[in-house]
Amino acid sequence: MTTLSYRRTDAFKKKLPRFFQYLVLSLVVLVVLVPIVILVFGSLKTRGQMYSLPYTIPIPAHWENYTRILQMPTFWSMLRNSLVVMLVSTAGVLIICSLAAFVFARMQFRGKDLAFNLLTLGLMFPITVAIMPVYLVIRQMHLTNSLTAVILIQTAFALSGNIMILRGFFLSIPVELQDAASIDGCSAFDFFWRILMPLARPALSAVGALTMITSWNDLLTPLVIIDREKLWTLPLGTMQFQGQYGMELNLVAAFVAISAVPAVVFYLFAERQIVAGLTAGALKG
Amino acid sequence: MEIPILRKFSKSEQGSHPPRRVQDLITIAAFLTPAIILFVVFIIYPIFRSFYYSLWNWNGMGPLTNFVGLDNYKSILTDKIFMKGIVNCLLIVFFSLTIQLPLSLAIAIMVGRDLPGRAFYRAIFFMPYVLSEVITAIIWMGLLNPDPDRGFINAILVLIPGVKAQAFLGNTHIVLASIFVVLTWKYFGLHMLLYLAGLQNIPREIEEAALIDGANRWQMIRHVTIPLLGSTIRTTIYLSVLGALTQFNLIWIMTKGGPVNASESMATYMYRFGFVRFWFGYGSAVALVMLLICLAFSIGYLRLQRQPDYLGGV
Repeated sequence: MTTLSYRRTDAFKKKLPRFFQYLVLSLVVLVVLVPIVILVFGSLKTRGQMYSLPYTIPIPAHWENYTRILQMPTFWSMLRNSLVVMLVSTAGVLIICSLAAFVFARMQFRGKDLAFNLLTLGLMFPITVAIMPVYLVIRQMHLTNSLTAVILIQTAFALSGNIMILRGFFLSIPVELQDAASIDGCSAFDFFWRILMPLARPALSAVGALTMITSWNDLLTPLVIIDREKLWTLPLGTMQFQGQYGMELNLVAAFVAISAVPAVVFYLFAERQIVAGLTAGALKG
Repeated sequence: MEIPILRKFSKSEQGSHPPRRVQDLITIAAFLTPAIILFVVFIIYPIFRSFYYSLWNWNGMGPLTNFVGLDNYKSILTDKIFMKGIVNCLLIVFFSLTIQLPLSLAIAIMVGRDLPGRAFYRAIFFMPYVLSEVITAIIWMGLLNPDPDRGFINAILVLIPGVKAQAFLGNTHIVLASIFVVLTWKYFGLHMLLYLAGLQNIPREIEEAALIDGANRWQMIRHVTIPLLGSTIRTTIYLSVLGALTQFNLIWIMTKGGPVNASESMATYMYRFGFVRFWFGYGSAVALVMLLICLAFSIGYLRLQRQPDYLGGV
């Protein structure tokens, strides 16, 4: 009885707030999308249209800006550099973090808690804070102007958070599984490689997706480490391009739009993994 | 499923004794080595090293010859521009906590758990977070252009009678507010997403019980939903404060800390002295001051987090 009457008034009361809800949410959608749409419109205009009709729909669309950028060799070298850095540092993060997380979740040794606590300290040093000290060490190692340095730094600063995420996941796998495996003569490494890693695929793809996005968008590390144009990554190159072609807004818009495409496409495909990685990381941290 | 022999076995494995099998020790060492090397070489060692550099007046060329002790720290803490950076960071913290997070929370509650079209809204709102800060900054530099024929926001503003076009990024009074708007555009989706994840963990029955007991929707949100989101809210506060204290990319690209240092942050100050002027000793000292501020905040936060949550397990 109570549930029935509650349901009825609830359904009645719900109509009006629902309308209001959709109204507000649609306004927010506009606020999010209008800046992006204006950028895409701008990228399809000629330089003259950009000044005479800055906010209209570009009909007919001028794809020249895009073809011009796709013909620039620097664009392709930036894309390649960004891809190399992203793939290598993501692979590095996945391998190094899962090895360490396994030890912290499943092995016993003296000083384990201390080591783990030290490692989590890394969470308190966002890369911005540590970039000056790190740069000086990279300089000492004669690694400035190399993608290797960018990869090493990105990997090092991704360790703490991702080890915590993966350790949490490994801990949730029943101990009995490992006991059974070790009774069957499985070594710690075999257990890790043949049983744990396949089970951890969802956690690994979450960590991987998040690391890829972070690496792809990273500006500060390449900004500090790299000044040779051949080694620019996309974010760094986009910033320089904006400085160089600041007067040709249509061209800048096209460049920005192209460099956003990989991230947006990746996001649409891996939304679930990215979201899982973020929430796991945040709830652990 | 209690098998005595298994328990005995796992006890000897999990006990505090050092592992007996050499093989295990080798595995531990081999698995931890890469992480430890990277961590020590690129995080721990640089911090100690730069403390050493911070005691010198050094432009990065040649040997360290000019020992100045703690003078660098003294000049940083008495530099009005650095203080401006701290104040700006604190202002961003303040507005993030009073505007950005409540806004994200309100949007998350509106998107809720069962609104038709929920996935669509979530995907759209989170999109700015996926775009890089460079892209965000360039898009907004265009929108905020002082010329109404080029900046969309001014084009709308001048439609209102009596309102003139504003130089959003060129006016010392409003530049920080303009940057804050951009930060909110980019980051509200992240916080909304975390709140949505937190909402998923709240048992629907508790909210329904409140409604049955006569609470209206607002009272339910105020006294049931928000307290139950406590741990998620604390997480977003932590991320938001740390992000505000170390804000660099957006500010550097849009204003370089200007005009006349009006949008300076601690990080842009560090970058200017460390990487633009190559005062490596001074820059190192700035980095360490920032690091101490972040560390102090993190420790304070951890203390606060020890307080019990409303629902321990949720």
